[in-house]
Amino acid sequence: MGEKMLMKGNEAIGEAAIRAGCHFYFGYPITPQSELAAYMSKKLPKIKNATFIQAESEIAAINMVYGAAATGERALTSSSSPGISLKQEGISYIACAELPCVIVNMQRGGPGLGSIQPGQADYFQATKGGGHGDYHLIVLAPSSVQELVDLTMDAFDLADKYTNPAMILGDGLIGQMMESVEFKERKKIDLPDKEGWILTGCKGREKNYIVPFNLDPYEMEKLNFKIQEKYNKLKEKEVRYETINLDNADLIVVAYGTVARIIKTVIDNAKKEGINIGLIRPITLFPFPEKIIAETSEKVNKFLVVEMSLGQMVEDVKLAVNGKVEVNFYGRVGGVIPTQSEILTEIKKYLK
Amino acid sequence: MKKVFGRPKSLTKDPFTYCPGCHHGIANRLVAEVLDEFGVRENTIGVCPVGCSVFAYVFFDCDMICAAHGRAPAVATGMKRSKPDSIIFTYQGDGDLASIGTAEIVHTANRGENITVIFINNAIYGMTGGQMAPTTLVGQVTQTSPYGRDPKTMGYPIKVAEMLSTLKGVAYISRVALSKPAYVVKAKKAIKKAFQTQIEGKGFSLVEVLSTCPTNWGLNPIEANKWLEENMIPYYPLGEFKTPEEVS
Repeated sequence: MGEKMLMKGNEAIGEAAIRAGCHFYFGYPITPQSELAAYMSKKLPKIKNATFIQAESEIAAINMVYGAAATGERALTSSSSPGISLKQEGISYIACAELPCVIVNMQRGGPGLGSIQPGQADYFQATKGGGHGDYHLIVLAPSSVQELVDLTMDAFDLADKYTNPAMILGDGLIGQMMESVEFKERKKIDLPDKEGWILTGCKGREKNYIVPFNLDPYEMEKLNFKIQEKYNKLKEKEVRYETINLDNADLIVVAYGTVARIIKTVIDNAKKEGINIGLIRPITLFPFPEKIIAETSEKVNKFLVVEMSLGQMVEDVKLAVNGKVEVNFYGRVGGVIPTQSEILTEIKKYLK
Repeated sequence: MKKVFGRPKSLTKDPFTYCPGCHHGIANRLVAEVLDEFGVRENTIGVCPVGCSVFAYVFFDCDMICAAHGRAPAVATGMKRSKPDSIIFTYQGDGDLASIGTAEIVHTANRGENITVIFINNAIYGMTGGQMAPTTLVGQVTQTSPYGRDPKTMGYPIKVAEMLSTLKGVAYISRVALSKPAYVVKAKKAIKKAFQTQIEGKGFSLVEVLSTCPTNWGLNPIEANKWLEENMIPYYPLGEFKTPEEVS
């Protein structure tokens, strides 16, 4: 612990997962995250009772996660946009069965086979459910390799704490870049006991069963309400965000992940021209940091949401602002990363 | 008075909800008897499918998990790798295993996962009301092959046991039927051998169980047994397709 290393994002996820006690990885190659599968294929066979499987498809992989999670293990799968689409049914099952697991999406340009460069066009899929039914993923959006490490380890804790699947929503850039990473000593947190429900063989007890299904609609509704309660608790207790320069801002940018990194440069460059830009960087995309956005809209009357999409998170920002002030949008898609100068040019339009 | 027959411990007291004449009732019981005979009920986790036997989680008195349609072998893989000393079995129908689940069954068999698959082949989709299955016979009329299965547009029925037995990773594959008592006795022996393969750590085992679906075949249970013997067995021969020599 406390060692600093230079690591590629995708591999840092693997190392973080292993250190978080995740010894079960099921994945499938897809650019730009295949390095994670390769890393796990090297490390896990050296650990007792650990398993690496390159599954036959992303669908098989998420179902292997379902099985391992059902027996009480921390399990991980990863993919990129098209592969995450394949996993949606499996994720819906895991959420309904109230099992913990972590899913990593290193987003790429879409839709369809799309492109292999970074994107943020899976925000809707990640935060609004993605699969069928009323459920949500806990969604964490890192914007540096260090944060990728910290949030991956947090994701396993949050997933266990709320018995709900969690997603790390990264993108091709964060996965590919190499940055200095420190694996710090982590605080032990209180996690609920799994013994009451995991499948281990019914010796000495009644059988346990995991069945994301109920023919009685009233029972199914009750289950839905129970799951929804978890999301209310998440909204109360687990919202995370970063803010920069809100107090003197003429305009607030809301951005996450890779785009937020670019905005930090934009803020510095804008300052040189006497323009004050603030940033609200959501770190949890679900639960979404509505409160800070709503509060800030009382003081600053211009918002610009910048995404590598055609406008997904902007809808949640607009909901949080609730019509009080104007919310504008700027986006690049298909794998194109916006430059800090084009963003600054865009910002200036609203400050005329 | 000596008790010669009873409900196996591995079945719960819940009455089966399968149709009259449905062979799921027999198959469920045979698997449960085998689990009892090996004394592994408390160490077993079963994976039930989507299909009529989704309710197997009610009827088996062991830890059970319901998998997404076709994905039971993948779920079983995740569980067996996590708990290698547990006995893991999947129980799947022909739509679950041979249609949507073809990738999962082939690759789970190919990796030689040490699990047991009970594959119920009744040549039709039961739960959803009698549509064509990958194992529906040529000329067989179903809800989605109303003029009879035409191989030109619908392909030929798939012989799962034969197909999987070409994979090196497979340890034990056999095909049995349940249409008469002599066959039921042989079927139980095969299921026992399959679980023994798992218990001895020898690799992947699968028993394909030719079964009837009187409701969707539009036949009464006796006629259905006859139809199975006259039509299914000639196309899907009974027997063992792969055995590890050491499993007795």
